[in-house]
Amino acid sequence: MLNLIAISISAILIENFVLVKFLGICPFLGVSKKTETATGMGFAVIFTMTVASALTWLVQTFILEKLHLEYLQTIAFIFVIAALVQFIEMFLQKKIPALYSSLGIYLPLITTNCTVLGVAILNVSRGYNFLETVVYGFSAGVGFLLAIVLLAIIRERMEYADIPAPFRGIPIVLIAAGLLSISFMGFQGLNLPF
Amino acid sequence: MTEEKKNIRRNASAKNGELLSIVKDGVFYKNPILVQLLGMCSVLAISTTVINGLGMGVAVTFVLVFSNIIISLLRNLIPSKIRIASYIVVIAGLVTVVEMIMKAYLPSLAESLGMFIPLIVVNCIILARAESFASKNRVLPSLIDGLACGAGYTVAIFAVSLIRELFGYGTLFGFSVMPESFSPALLVILPPGGFLVLGGLIALYQYGMNKLRKGEGEK
Repeated sequence: MLNLIAISISAILIENFVLVKFLGICPFLGVSKKTETATGMGFAVIFTMTVASALTWLVQTFILEKLHLEYLQTIAFIFVIAALVQFIEMFLQKKIPALYSSLGIYLPLITTNCTVLGVAILNVSRGYNFLETVVYGFSAGVGFLLAIVLLAIIRERMEYADIPAPFRGIPIVLIAAGLLSISFMGFQGLNLPF
Repeated sequence: MTEEKKNIRRNASAKNGELLSIVKDGVFYKNPILVQLLGMCSVLAISTTVINGLGMGVAVTFVLVFSNIIISLLRNLIPSKIRIASYIVVIAGLVTVVEMIMKAYLPSLAESLGMFIPLIVVNCIILARAESFASKNRVLPSLIDGLACGAGYTVAIFAVSLIRELFGYGTLFGFSVMPESFSPALLVILPPGGFLVLGGLIALYQYGMNKLRKGEGEK
């Protein structure tokens, strides 16, 4: 149990997927203009990552390793993720249309979000068991939500700031992300008591 | 004359100018990193040394060129409904090839690039070029487009890694180039440094482009 809490805190704060591991930078920069859309994207990612972690772990353990096809990992994982996103999209459209329309185009974009494939690969390379895999996938998603919402709040404030011409647009966002990342470095000194 | 023949003739006459503008767009005016902001993850993550940066640049260029060629050849065969899935399968296959070659011949580079090699699959540049260029164009322009965008990516990642290695370690290609008294700025090679250096670089690019545009306007 303590082990799972350690994995979770480490994935959310100490090695935040976006700000420390540089995964999922595209949606992080692209979908962080408004807090609401950022939150929607964050929750969609949490859900997809949790399910994708579980599925890719099963594929890796019961298909790829059984048949000694580990070198097909990349192809198999991306296929699972693409199919999963498609499936979630169809399911939401049918059963929960309100959530579906609020997520809109962000849902298909998750296929090419490298956090999802990244967490699947990390789970395997770290040798996590099934439960640890699910917890890690979920926590990594929460870390993504935290980072993207924080950046969205900063960006909403920056709308009113007078920014020097060359820095307008993406450069100032990158610098804000850099400062955010500096503050997250503070968590590296965090010594988990277990 | 059939429509197709007309197209071929038009392509032939406009060929050289067209190819040149594809190259200019890919490397400079529509640089995938500095302008289109695609595929930033790998640029930020592994640009701590020049060798890593160049290795990544070459790997991405390889995948980009071959995925463009294959998708351009198959462009009339792939049904449009499942095109994205088909592109991803082609790209994932190529990335697996790159991964295996790199592990066999350059194990230390493969070690330091780590999971960012398989993550080339979800690099948006490659899918973007497949969707917006290779699926609509003939093989030769697609090949040139792949090379040009790959070069644009490599130039950008090279610039970022040059700054980060020089100020973060005081070395270039692993050789010490800074004077003895230089104390490395650790922040530059830590994660925040990636954001700050790339932000500064894009600001510099925008500053240069604004100057260039003003100069052209005055003429």
